[in-house]
Amino acid sequence: MIRTDALRKAYGDTVVVDDVTLALPRGGLTAVVGANGAGKSTLLSVIARLVRADGGTVFVDELDVARTRSDVIARRLAVLRQDTHMTSRLTVRELVAFGRFPHSGGRHTAEDERIVTEALEFFELADLQHRYLDQLSGGQRQRAFVAMVLAQDTDYVLLDEPLNNLDMRHAARMMRHLRALVERFGKTVVIVIHDINFAAAHADHILAMKHGAVIAQGPPATIMTPDTLAEIYDFPIDVHVLDGTPFAVYYR
Amino acid sequence: MTAVATPPTTASPAAATRDERPAVVRRRVAVLAALALVAVLVYQFAMVTGSWSYAMDLRLRQVGALVVVGVATGVATLLFQTVANSRILTPGVMGYDSLFVLVQTLLVWVFGSAVVVDLDVRVRFLLDAGVMTAFGLLLFRWVFRRNSRDLFVLVLVGVVLGTLFTSLTLFASRLLSPSDYLTLQDLTFASFNTVDPRLLSITAAITVVAIAAAVPLLRRLDVVALGHDTAVTLGVDYHRVVNQTLAVVTVLVAASTALVGPLVFVGLIVANIARQVLPTYRHRTLALGAALAGVIVTVGGQFVASRLLDFTTTLTVCVNLVGGLYFVWLLLREVSP
Repeated sequence: MIRTDALRKAYGDTVVVDDVTLALPRGGLTAVVGANGAGKSTLLSVIARLVRADGGTVFVDELDVARTRSDVIARRLAVLRQDTHMTSRLTVRELVAFGRFPHSGGRHTAEDERIVTEALEFFELADLQHRYLDQLSGGQRQRAFVAMVLAQDTDYVLLDEPLNNLDMRHAARMMRHLRALVERFGKTVVIVIHDINFAAAHADHILAMKHGAVIAQGPPATIMTPDTLAEIYDFPIDVHVLDGTPFAVYYR
Repeated sequence: MTAVATPPTTASPAAATRDERPAVVRRRVAVLAALALVAVLVYQFAMVTGSWSYAMDLRLRQVGALVVVGVATGVATLLFQTVANSRILTPGVMGYDSLFVLVQTLLVWVFGSAVVVDLDVRVRFLLDAGVMTAFGLLLFRWVFRRNSRDLFVLVLVGVVLGTLFTSLTLFASRLLSPSDYLTLQDLTFASFNTVDPRLLSITAAITVVAIAAAVPLLRRLDVVALGHDTAVTLGVDYHRVVNQTLAVVTVLVAASTALVGPLVFVGLIVANIARQVLPTYRHRTLALGAALAGVIVTVGGQFVASRLLDFTTTLTVCVNLVGGLYFVWLLLREVSP
């Protein structure tokens, strides 16, 4: 379980995460939604200790994230931000193998190699494993980074906009992969996502943020109503149900 | 180069399952080591005229200084580039070189050239190295706070301070008498011709200790090179590693600058040669490569300047010419990959 208590983060006078207290249960896929600047990514970053909170606490299971050694957290929780710039030129396999760093400190065992190979195969990257990252398409690159997170083999996986820059086909494929992480590997996956329909189709739980605060949460069916969506996004949104799944229609 | 530029295509199944780069890297490290050895031997034994024993003794000191400075500069620049997340920066932009020149200028200005020249070389060395180390460490303490996500501000502050030091140097040197000014020029030009054996052993010891302190950091630097966020998510204490690395870099640069004077482009050339020749992200290998390339460039460059060109030019001029061109090429490549 991930718990936050009175979590607060401000940049200057702008409060980005405003007194957030929440509990994300173990297992399942949680989608964090909200308008631009609602504080979704910052909340994720603070939970994952990438950004220091100005106040409040974060617990991952029994561990206080701010007071626990970083490498201990790294065996429990993995996070992936967007646009990672790096000096090193890496192949896909080398990148994914970095996921084993919290476990083996860079001295790989046969077990590490096995897990890396599995992660590569799971994300259909085995054929590309010796290619350099800068020779991949956006979708392949994104899969490589998520494969690194899988190789890290943590109970909790936090992803900031994993569908960024993906076309429809690759976005759907990424969501199926994330779904499989939950169902086959029993992981707890939390994603920040803009496409509310992807969230409704794949998530078990939706968390809606506005102005740094959580304003609604629950299963997709309870969030995907015209009233709640209008409240979250500040403009009228129709909801239609197709084959039992609610779809928000906002293209015109 | 070819292995870097054209990796195996995925069309052939053999290429997809086998990675040949580790063997390539090992071969190339061996070639670098052989070249470094050849450079040292040629420098030591080639073209001896006059007294054999005098030449051997003098050259041994020179080659010792060149090796120490090459290794220190190479390793320091490589590590600095990793924590600064840039391949076109050197610790030189942080104002170490200009601080060194400023310290010499102030010494001559305040005490006069006679006192400075008579000063025990070890005292002057420790003063130079101490001031530069203190400057570096204070700067990091002050600018690189716990919530900094990269070295951007630190580098900018370093550049500005470097300019300030240069201006102060110019101001102070205007107030010098012509003879004092000549002495000052002598002090601030990188020189390998007359190296004090005592300073050489002090610098060598400092360099060995600093590099030994860096060795445990190297694996974590592989992770730090992935950027702040990825390093933190992989459980690496980003700030600790960056701070410790900067401390090592400061000590290495301070010691080697205090020994021979500023060498602007050596580090840039050497660190980039290592990264270009060795297709690996591993800092254990890259640091070794940078150290070997450092020896090749300093010893080879000094051989060219002093023996082949018969002292008509200096190592600094050679290296700055080649280094300047290389730097421009790097920048152009960065702009259009």
